[in-house]
Parts: sequence; C-alpha cells; structure tokens
Amino acid sequence: MTKAVTEPVSSGDRPYSGSLLEVEDLQVEFRTQAGVAKAVNGVTYSVDAGETLAVLGESGSGKSVTAQTIMGILDMPPGVVRGGRIRFRGVDLLTMPEAERRKIRGEGISMIFQDALSALNPLFPVGWQIGEMFRVHRGLSKKQAYAKAVELMDRVRIPAAKQRLRDFPHQFSGGMRQRIMIAMAIALDPEVLIADEPTTALDVTVQAQIMDLLAELQRESNMALILITHDLGVVADVAHKIAVMYGGRIVEQASVFDLYAKPAHPYTKGLLDSIPRVDQKGQDLFAIKGIPPNLLHMPSGCAFHPRCVFKRDNCTTDVPALLTVEGPRRSACHYSREVLDGVAG
Amino acid sequence: MSDPVTIQTAGVAAGGEVQETTAPGSGKPRSLWQDAWAELRKQPLFWISLALLAVFIVMAIFPQLFTGKDPAFAELRRSLEPPSAAAWFGYDLQGRDVYARTIYGARASVVVGVLTTVLAVLVGVIMGVIGGFAGGWVDSLTSRIGEIFIGVPYLLGAILILSTVAPAQENPGAVLITAVVIIVLSVLSWPIVARIARSSLLSVKHADYVLAARALGASPGRIIFRHLLPNSLAPIIVVATISMGSYISAEATLSFLGVGLRAPVISWGIAIADHTDYLRTALHAMLFPSIFLSVCVLAFVMLGDAVRSALDPKLR
Repeated sequence: MTKAVTEPVSSGDRPYSGSLLEVEDLQVEFRTQAGVAKAVNGVTYSVDAGETLAVLGESGSGKSVTAQTIMGILDMPPGVVRGGRIRFRGVDLLTMPEAERRKIRGEGISMIFQDALSALNPLFPVGWQIGEMFRVHRGLSKKQAYAKAVELMDRVRIPAAKQRLRDFPHQFSGGMRQRIMIAMAIALDPEVLIADEPTTALDVTVQAQIMDLLAELQRESNMALILITHDLGVVADVAHKIAVMYGGRIVEQASVFDLYAKPAHPYTKGLLDSIPRVDQKGQDLFAIKGIPPNLLHMPSGCAFHPRCVFKRDNCTTDVPALLTVEGPRRSACHYSREVLDGVAG
Repeated sequence: MSDPVTIQTAGVAAGGEVQETTAPGSGKPRSLWQDAWAELRKQPLFWISLALLAVFIVMAIFPQLFTGKDPAFAELRRSLEPPSAAAWFGYDLQGRDVYARTIYGARASVVVGVLTTVLAVLVGVIMGVIGGFAGGWVDSLTSRIGEIFIGVPYLLGAILILSTVAPAQENPGAVLITAVVIIVLSVLSWPIVARIARSSLLSVKHADYVLAARALGASPGRIIFRHLLPNSLAPIIVVATISMGSYISAEATLSFLGVGLRAPVISWGIAIADHTDYLRTALHAMLFPSIFLSVCVLAFVMLGDAVRSALDPKLR
C-alpha cells in the first residue's frame, strides 16, 4: 500500500487503439421504495487525452451519476449498474475487482466536486490532506509529502502556499478551496479528471479563474477532462465536445462550435435560447416550460416531449435513438434534421 | 510563535495524528479541537471539575499521601466513635478509621468508572462503526445485538448477572471482584455508545469529503480512521465523560445492594451499606463516604457537561 507505484495500473501494458475513457451504453438505476428510478439510461461517450468533454444537463439528468459510476463511488445499494461498459485504456472498470479499481482512482481517473468546502475533511490542515495523496499512494515521508503539497499548491496558484500549508479548509475562500481540491485531484497525475460542477458554488469571476486553471493544467499534463455542468457559459471556452443529457439519456452530442452555432435537438435549442442576451433588454427571458421528468415515472416516447415545442404525434410513443445527423454530431430527436435547419416548430 | 513560517517548521514533527491539529497555536483557534479547547478553557465549570477529578485521581493512585493510617486496621472498642482530632471522620462499625477508608475507597470508584468507560467505548465504537460503515444486514445484526443488552433493565441485569457469576470462586481477590463489576457494567452499557457512534458515523458517512476521499483512491480503513472516526468523535467523547459518573454511581449502588464490590475491596458503596442501620446513632460513618461519592460523580458529570458545551457549537 505504501510502496511507490511507478506504473499506475497493470492494464496499460498492451497498446490500446480506442479512446482513453469510453462509456458504453451505461445503465444505472436506483431501487427506492417508491420504485425504480432509471437515472442513467444507455449513456455512451468517450474522451481522449488532452480532450475536454462537457457533459451538460439539468439536475437529475444523470450526468453526476454517470461520473460517480465511472469513479465507482456510487452508493450501491440503492444504486445498481444494470448494464454497459466503462473502459479505461481498454479495460472494463465495471468487471474489475474493487482493490484494483481503487488503484485507478486518484492515479488514473480523478475527480473534483461542486462544493469544495464539504469535499475537504474539516479536521485536517490542507497541506496534510494534499500530502496524504503522496504518503498513501507514493509512500513518501511526511516531510517529502509536505514539500510536494507546497509544490502542488503553487501549481494551482495558491498564494503564499508555504505559509498556508497548515491552515484548515474553513480558513480559505471558496475559490481557494476549489484550488486545493484540484491540487489533491491532480496530485498523482491522473490521465482523466472528472470535474463535477467545479464552479457552481463560486461567483462568476472566480469561476473564470478556476476554468482557466483547469484548462492550463490540462495543457501542461495533457490529461482528459470531463466537465460536468449545467452552465452553458462555462462550457463554451474550454470544452472541445459536448454531450447534452436529459432524463438519463444523451440527447445531443456535438463539437462545441457546431452545437452553439446550430443545435440539433429541441432541448439544446431551448437551453441556448434561455441564455439572456444584451439585445433582449426589456423582453421576458426565455425559459423551457415545464419541469424535468420524474425518473420514477418517465414520460412515454421521447422523455422531452411534454416540454417540447416541436412535439409531433410519434414523439409520445417512440423513443428516439441517438443518431448521426451530420458529420460527427448526433441527436436523439425524430426531427433533428428539421431542428438543425431551423424549419421545425 | 506568531510568525506563520516558524509554525510550519515547528509542527512537522507532530504530523499525522488528530493531535497534530492542537500543534503550536498562533493565538487564534483553528481546528475543531483547538476551537473546543479554547472554549473549554473559558469555562469555570471545567476547571472546577478538573481540579476535583485531579484530587480523586491522586487519591486513587496514592492514598498514602492523604492518610498514614491503615484502612484495614480495626479496633472494635472504638466502634462507631464520632469524629475527633485523632480520627477526623470518626470510626466505623468495625472500629476502622472512616477517613482512611474513605480515602482508599476512591480507588475502586475511579478504577470502575474509568475502566468501564474505556471498555464500553471500545466495544461500542467498534460495533457502531462496523454496523454504520457496513450497513445492510451487518448493521441490522449489530443493532439488534445491542438492543438485546439495552432491553435488559440496567440495575436488574447487573444484579442478575453479578449474583449468578460472582460466587464462582471461594475467596476472590480485590482485582477479580473489581474486574467482574467492570465487565458486567460495560456489557450492559456498550450498546448506548454503539448507538451514538453509529448515528454519528452515519451523519458523516455521506459527507462530500468521504466521497472525495473514495474518488481519490482511499481504502476503506483510511476512510474510517481518517475521515469517519475523527469527524464523529465529538458526541462519543461527550457521552464517555458523562457516563463515567454514572458508572461510579452504578458501582456504588451495586455494592450497596451487596452484589457489586465486596471486602477486601474498599468502596464507598460498601461503607454506606454497612452503616445504614446506624444512621441515627452514627451518621458520620456513612455521611463522609456519601459526600465523597456525590462529589466524585458530580465532578465527572460537570466535566462531561463542560466538554459537551465545548464540542457542540449549538450549545454556545
């Protein structure tokens, strides 16, 4: 346990041609007393080294559950993985023994959370918590670990890192705490970093700083970044490709540029229309009408149909598959072509 | 020490443990424990109870410091003699010095109080943590086992067990007699600690930092000992300090009833029991042990109260 691990995981031995991390047809459900909630229903996405995938969706769309399933930190029960594969360097994580999987956490795939204050143990100084990564995974001495912690705190741009090593989480501001969380997450040079709404709890200027930091760290170490967010503004600058989730499914997948230019799914279009613009002054803000679907009682057919302005008869009966619309972009709408061309509705 | 740079170098040696957080203070409290200590320090109740307990603990370890007399030396002709210059607390039924016996009686009470707490907390925390961390049927099992013991009325259970277990040996020594009482008391009281440990653990089990620790590859052991236990320790500490007093009074009660400690062990409870019949003629023989017992129990309860108000931010 305390021995130095140079080669993170044994699975990296043979060359693998696919993507670094691939989620394939993942299905996760929660068995509650009220019934079975299908939180993730056939999600497929992949991310490569140096690439940023933004997973966009509102609360309950399954974006965080997917991430937690990748990490293997989903509470089971009540969570159950019903099917699908999660391949990291070609090896399926879901069938891997827990002990091996644990070695991948932190070293191969790492994660940061929305609220950094509650994601840091309140009882220990931050330097100690960052250093712990090195003591546990790399077997460094306390002194070495503290030195490494200072290095990392410098790397995530915490001013006066050396002096603040022994401060406790509550003594830092929100942005600084998120930097500490990031420092812990990148301590072991993971190949994939999952950021679950990393800026939601922060104010706008700090949000931008944290996003810049993540982008910078990604450039330095060429890691893959999965950015989970519900904030379209955050995504635009950093992400390469976007997966939009709704009701446990991916409803649209596209490159950032394509998606912002011309959405191919009514939900994405609704989201984009909801962004307030300067020229809208004096008008009512646009909002997607209705509420997100109840996972216990999903609407028939397309989960979005009760809120969709383009709704046709077959939307209430047939579940639309995620199909290629144009080039690399895919959309799960019976009328994606029309939405894309702006003729529907 | 107010320079942060010196703090950094001074604290390195301490590292790793919970105690580390009580490392060199730069004036303002920082960790939960430092904060609690700063709060505790301000309370007169804490210092009073601490001073009393210090006296009782010294009394338990070195009774010779307080009295030169042999507590077992009996002179029947002095039976129930009232307090005098030669014997401050007078003599008991057997003509033994009440002061010496009261001083020596502290040992049994302190030992029973402290060891029962240690044992009950140890077993309780282990069971509570196992149940709370594992969940599912393991949790049900440990909780039900605990409930079996909680279901037995405390004193009735103790009397029942002690009156059937105790006479196993002809002439048991002081250590054996005390050990039996300690074990019986802890067997009947660990589930209370287990319940608190379990509920406290459950309240932090779903904290984000536990999730984060798992996401960063921490093992279950590390999660328990670094994240769950330290963060759920406060209520356990409070219960442990408060219950120390109640174990002492439980011991006295059992000894009074004749099933707890017995001669050759010297105990306040026995002294009180031996002299209830002489209440009107020789009050002193049971008055002084009673006062010592009350003050000792009170000291532990006050300490528990002080600790609770220091550890629970809601009580401030």
